[in-house]
Amino acid sequence: MHRFLLAVLRRDLTLAARRRGDWLIAQFFFVMVASLFPLGVGPEPEMLARIGPGVLWVAATLASLLSLSRLFADDHHDGSLEHMVLSPEPTVLLVLGKSIAHWLIYGIPVLLIAPVLGIQFNLSWDAILVLELSLLLGTPILSLLGGVGAALTLGLRGGGVLLTLLILPLYVPALIFGAGAVDGVMTGTGAEAHLSLLGAFMMLSLMIAPWIAAAALRVSLE
Amino acid sequence: MNLYTYASPANFYHLAGKLIPWFAWGAGLLTVWGLYISFFLAPTDFQQSEAYRIIFIHVPAAWMSMFIYLVMAFWGAIGLAFNTRLSFMMARALAPTGALFTFIALWTGALWGKPMWGAWWVWDARLTSELILLFLYVGIIALWAAIDDVKRGDRAGSLLTLIGAINVPIIYFSVKWWNTLHQGSSINLTKAPSMAAIMLQGMLVMAIAAWLYTIAVALVRVRRIILERERQTDWAKAILEAE
Repeated sequence: MHRFLLAVLRRDLTLAARRRGDWLIAQFFFVMVASLFPLGVGPEPEMLARIGPGVLWVAATLASLLSLSRLFADDHHDGSLEHMVLSPEPTVLLVLGKSIAHWLIYGIPVLLIAPVLGIQFNLSWDAILVLELSLLLGTPILSLLGGVGAALTLGLRGGGVLLTLLILPLYVPALIFGAGAVDGVMTGTGAEAHLSLLGAFMMLSLMIAPWIAAAALRVSLE
Repeated sequence: MNLYTYASPANFYHLAGKLIPWFAWGAGLLTVWGLYISFFLAPTDFQQSEAYRIIFIHVPAAWMSMFIYLVMAFWGAIGLAFNTRLSFMMARALAPTGALFTFIALWTGALWGKPMWGAWWVWDARLTSELILLFLYVGIIALWAAIDDVKRGDRAGSLLTLIGAINVPIIYFSVKWWNTLHQGSSINLTKAPSMAAIMLQGMLVMAIAAWLYTIAVALVRVRRIILERERQTDWAKAILEAE
């Protein structure tokens, strides 16, 4: 079982390493969306620090959706996905492996870029540290729930936009707790409660989302 | 008589046809009665004057919007577990009405909010989670619309409904907490400390009317879905030609 999970992981990471352009797009999208906000609302440092956590979190969710539409699409296109689902290995592990791979490819770079954007938004070091923590706990939720959406919209016309429509409402708790944690440390109410809830939501997604995504994948491939 | 007989679309089609008039008339009569209570019997509220009367529409609509979502999730789960075609058809038949009631609840809420709070919209926990519920409905309906294959569409929509149903309480509490953090709880809506019995009665009558209406239109819609899907069968052909 572990070997299968590791094999899926290694395969997806190798594929990502060979086609760097694919996942770099999502990261540049993240940077650009975040950079558009100061242009839209004005450069006053106080206001940027006020909206910064929320803007960075919204940009991170949108960037995850951009890369999620490809989660199963390429394998579906060349037929290898059907073989992996038909194999005796559990589909749940396939989905879990792909979600983890997605998080490594999308979540880790977001974690690396976020502090730089945090400085752009005039966040304090404390706030940036909590932002990192909240993204560390929160971005796996985006990858896991997004896997459900990607499996449901596999091979549909306009699947990318549809994925956005289906999954964004489900992201709401992650967004609230994630941005709330940073707000909490900035306003002095503390971030622990938000981070704990975010961690709980992450564990819940980890328990439920791969099963539903696996069922959705089987439905989509029938 | 075996109750499972009516799990067959053909039998249910005829049963639904017999039931629709009862539910439709029930809904119509109760609406008239409920509106009579709301506008003539219920007294003017000493705080909110006449504007409070919109709750007779607003509260039943909000209740139904949440209840229908749960019923959809229930039918979806039954369909996924037992592979019954009719369950999926019921889930599909309910969705537009659920979205409609969500929209009505939001709209009437805005109409009530303007005179009460001086704003059409505030980011109150209830308003926000109702808005997200509308997004969930729209997502499910859009997913059904995008999938041409009936079997895949049924299952995909039900899975999305289920994960949404798990998420709805989390969304509600997260929004509630987010709201209390961001603005003081100066606004405490609809918490009428002691509602006059006649007001409660009017609201309940309207709620039952909304419930009967939902059943009636869902049955009408499910009959069309059954005919569409069973159009190759002899009995459906006979009905379609007779129409």
